[in-house]
Amino acid sequence: MIEIQHLSKSFQTSDGTVEALRDISLSIADGEIYGIIGMSGAGKSTLVRCINMLERPTEGTVTIDGRDLGSLSDRELRQVRRNVTMIFQGFNLLMQRTCLKNICFPLELAGMQKDKAEQRAKELLEIVGLPDKANAYPAQLSGGQQQRIAIARALATEPKMLLCDEATSALDPNTTHSILQLIREINVRLGITVIIITHQMSVVEEVCSRVAILDDGQVMEEGPVGTVFASPRSEAARRLVFPEGELPELPGEPGERRIRVVFNGALATGTPLIARMAIERQVAANILFASTRSIGEKVYGSMLLGISGGEEKVQIAKDYLQNMKDVLVQEVTEHE
Amino acid sequence: MSNGLFASDAVAEALQILQTEIPLALWETLYVTVLATAFAILLGLPLGVLLVTGEKGGIRPLPRGVMHALNIIINLLRSVPFLILMILVFPLTRLIVGTSVGTVASIVPLVIAAFPFVARLVEGSLREMNPNVLEAAQSMGASPFQIVTKVMIPESVPSLISNATIAITTILGYSAMSGIIGGGGLGKIAINYGYYRYKYLVMLIAVVLLIVLVQIFQAVGTRLAVKLDKRLKNKT
Repeated sequence: MIEIQHLSKSFQTSDGTVEALRDISLSIADGEIYGIIGMSGAGKSTLVRCINMLERPTEGTVTIDGRDLGSLSDRELRQVRRNVTMIFQGFNLLMQRTCLKNICFPLELAGMQKDKAEQRAKELLEIVGLPDKANAYPAQLSGGQQQRIAIARALATEPKMLLCDEATSALDPNTTHSILQLIREINVRLGITVIIITHQMSVVEEVCSRVAILDDGQVMEEGPVGTVFASPRSEAARRLVFPEGELPELPGEPGERRIRVVFNGALATGTPLIARMAIERQVAANILFASTRSIGEKVYGSMLLGISGGEEKVQIAKDYLQNMKDVLVQEVTEHE
Repeated sequence: MSNGLFASDAVAEALQILQTEIPLALWETLYVTVLATAFAILLGLPLGVLLVTGEKGGIRPLPRGVMHALNIIINLLRSVPFLILMILVFPLTRLIVGTSVGTVASIVPLVIAAFPFVARLVEGSLREMNPNVLEAAQSMGASPFQIVTKVMIPESVPSLISNATIAITTILGYSAMSGIIGGGGLGKIAINYGYYRYKYLVMLIAVVLLIVLVQIFQAVGTRLAVKLDKRLKNKT
């Protein structure tokens, strides 16, 4: 359990004081995949570095399992960091070491015997699906493979928590998907709490259960992914959810009700969902906005439907869509 | 006499010197250069590390005053011309070696002149390092000492080797100057025969040998740096 309370961080620059984070309070439960999303400059990276004290907060506390990290000495913090590991956008592997030696690195730091460390590293190579790359150097690997090695390295010390700092931002969509799957698998299999920092909506949609939206150093919104993305309340959230522009300008019939459909890995089928709904339930939906991607056979993203015909029809549509696996449905109420 | 560069008696004399004096001179040049470089690295490497780790925002910041002092000392030593430095350090040389003239004695001024230079080279190499990798090491709980010994230096090996090559060739050049204070080696041969006795052919031979040595050091250094760099693809 991570408890962040009233955390602020400011930097002194030649142009004066910059407030990177302002009064942030979040709590992240054990075993969840928590997303922190925001545009560049929102303070995401600073926030994640405050969680493992790579940056000391100016004010406020970070408590992990009841220990206030701010009160720990450098030596104690190094111990904590074996429990809260991190992966990065740029992978940050040691380029002069083989993959196996990279994974051994944190174990070496912790003082583990060489043969034991190598044994553990080999197991981890299996977990991340690259058992044949033990003696390869990072430069010989693709970006996705390098991130897998970085994940193995982050798992070496059997951490309870994994911080992902834009870990998929340098990867193409398919590789991003496979890395996210791996992160999800790790979360489920090893019970590791994961915090994902990203600017990509799709990443949060795909793996996170809860999300915080960060803008200008502040948490604008926080809650379950479905809720936050279905009815974004803050300006910042709406900018992220509708990068192409806002709801009110969208066309629509008068008296039409709107529902948001979030696809969270739903199986794509031969007949389109909306067409099927029209045929099977006689509910005609007007697609006002859609941003979906299919990865493999699965669909991710969201859609905004306009449904006319009153309460009854809306209810039928909601019931119909809700019955689909991995689809979230929410009625959009006016939020202006 | 200049038309006598390849006169038969000049050639005969040069050949004789080539057999009697040059082998020893070559050996002296080599061991002075290698020893001086080794000592210069011994002093310069930790100093270079301090210059990077000790600065503000470094992995183990030192007080600003200390950093200022280090920088000033390095710059001071680097600004004194080697010829003058050799004479200036006579007392120190005498203290360490027991005498201020001769081949072994010439190692002391060479080290004094070279270690600040080596420190700057090391500083440059370590600054090429990707700061994100250092951060990653910190995020895994590495102590400052572990970061230096397990990340900064091993990751900079190719660049450090390239710079060591620069250092050794520079020190080789300086060592030739130490003929002035009675240091042995190819420099002494060149000065004694060429400058004092007008035996230009002998001087020419000494210079050619110095050039060959530089070429060898450089070729070996470059090859080693490339061979040890695992960032280059398509290699095993």
